Amino acid sequence: MKVTRQTTVPAIATGAPTIRKRATSSAQRRAVLLFVAPFGVLFLAFYAVPIIFAVVQSLLTVERKGTFGPPQQVFGGFVQYQQVFQNTEFWESVGRVLLFGVVQVPIMLGLALLFALLLDSPLLKGKKFFRLAFFAPYAVPGVIAAIMWGFLYSPSLSPFGAVTSQVNFLSADLVLWAIANIVTWVYVGYNMLIIYSSLLAIPTEIYEAARLDGASNLQIAWRIKIPLVVPAIILTGVFSIIGTLQLLAEPQTLRSFSSAISSTFTPNLAVYTTASVPNYSLAAAFSVVLALATFVLSFVFLKATQRKVSQ
Amino acid sequence: MSRGAAMLIMGVFTLYFLTPIWWLLVSSSKTGGDITGTAPLWFTADSIPTFFANLGNLFTYSDGVFGRWLANSALYAGLGALVGTVIAAMCGYALAKYEFRGREAIFNVVLSGVLVPATALALPLFLIFSQVKLTNTLWAVFLPSLVSPFGVYLARIYAAASVPTELLEAARLDGSSEARTFFTVSTRLMAPALVTIFLFQFVAIWNNFFLPLIMLRDQALFPVTLGLYAWNSQISQIPELRVLVIVGALVSILPLIATFLGLQRFWSSGLGAGSVK
Repeated sequence: MKVTRQTTVPAIATGAPTIRKRATSSAQRRAVLLFVAPFGVLFLAFYAVPIIFAVVQSLLTVERKGTFGPPQQVFGGFVQYQQVFQNTEFWESVGRVLLFGVVQVPIMLGLALLFALLLDSPLLKGKKFFRLAFFAPYAVPGVIAAIMWGFLYSPSLSPFGAVTSQVNFLSADLVLWAIANIVTWVYVGYNMLIIYSSLLAIPTEIYEAARLDGASNLQIAWRIKIPLVVPAIILTGVFSIIGTLQLLAEPQTLRSFSSAISSTFTPNLAVYTTASVPNYSLAAAFSVVLALATFVLSFVFLKATQRKVSQ
Repeated sequence: MSRGAAMLIMGVFTLYFLTPIWWLLVSSSKTGGDITGTAPLWFTADSIPTFFANLGNLFTYSDGVFGRWLANSALYAGLGALVGTVIAAMCGYALAKYEFRGREAIFNVVLSGVLVPATALALPLFLIFSQVKLTNTLWAVFLPSLVSPFGVYLARIYAAASVPTELLEAARLDGSSEARTFFTVSTRLMAPALVTIFLFQFVAIWNNFFLPLIMLRDQALFPVTLGLYAWNSQISQIPELRVLVIVGALVSILPLIATFLGLQRFWSSGLGAGSVK
């Protein structure tokens, strides 16, 4: 026993630590690979490759050998993009969702912020109930929400017959705002919770200090709470912009209730319609333009809001 | 603002948020004729038997395809979100807790993935899958759903804030392997974030419309949303489908509401992570 222990002591004191250190760092390298690889492979396969594929597809064009020859895909350069820019229906749909976003997103986020501030204030009783009631619509998928509201908007079925027999929410003039209402109904609670949980993260000592200085609840909300939840509002803002440009399920579902929704009502509907023709190259070009527009808008929004924060 | 005004605002909006769901519940308990003929927001005398009759019709119509749709949704969203959460958590954790070359580059690529609209991916995915003959299969909807860049983002932020590096070093000294430390120690500390990622990915998959719409032709593979969408667009030809669509809509949202209520404790504390810088 004693002998063995004595012989092992020098080994631990000299050689072992360096071996051990090297062993751990290579173990860590292997761990990183193990942890990152599954997501990395899937991300490449279902994000990176499709994006590259869409770009390549958008540069192809169908050509026929002679009048009756088999169709063949050949490199066509920016022919599809030329078509995209000449396609008035597509740009009308882009204009429509931009108008939608400019009106709906501020209303939705404004309401979400108001509810979050009220939940965070000492004014309310039954906070848990309100939190759940407002969040419940988020559990309703867009398609189901659209079906439900479709019935609610229909004059013959609606529980609000007195209103719907006077105002046709499914008419060409109003249907965009009927959709805006559905989107608002589904997502206000979700955005409210994100802002609310970021309000909860603010240390309460700040409020106590402000109260000692004589600040009212409204002043605390305006000068302390809102500036501190700006990151949460930016996050919800970016998601809302992406969501707006992606509008598809609600208008597509409402088409069975309203003839005012064309097959190119939103950009994504236009993509879907073009792909079912099928003209995959043009549809791919639409997708690429749309993804770029989303990127640019989100980026500009991020930059603009961040500058405001730092001022 | 006074207490009364605050309660009034919240009360009015409670009506706004809950009335449609209430209407759905009430309408599910009516026959096709009663939906238009009776008070829309209140039950009829034989609401309870009618509700069960409707429910019976829902699950037997067209060889019980609705049950199949529910099972498909549960598979796509349940299993998809579960596997997706583990994968995203591992990646986010590695990005937060290990120093390695390319770490920031990977994070930035993933972060820009958050901004890519899912619908922009659906069409090229369809074209790729059709070349490898995978369209109109379970895989076409299941596999792409596993990827959640936002999950990685959330996991990284949360792991950085809630898993102390000293603890990992202590585990290493105790001879625990990196993987074992992650699955036994770190995941426990990251639990609220994991539940949040799971829930939001679950909802995202459950709600995904474009991908199944273009991938699937075979009704037996539809998720419940696509199935109800298909029924809803046939109402003008088959009017009795209206009642089934309404009952089906109610049945399809109950699992989600139940899941949210059941896991509330966990996700509400994890939700803040995404908004913290």
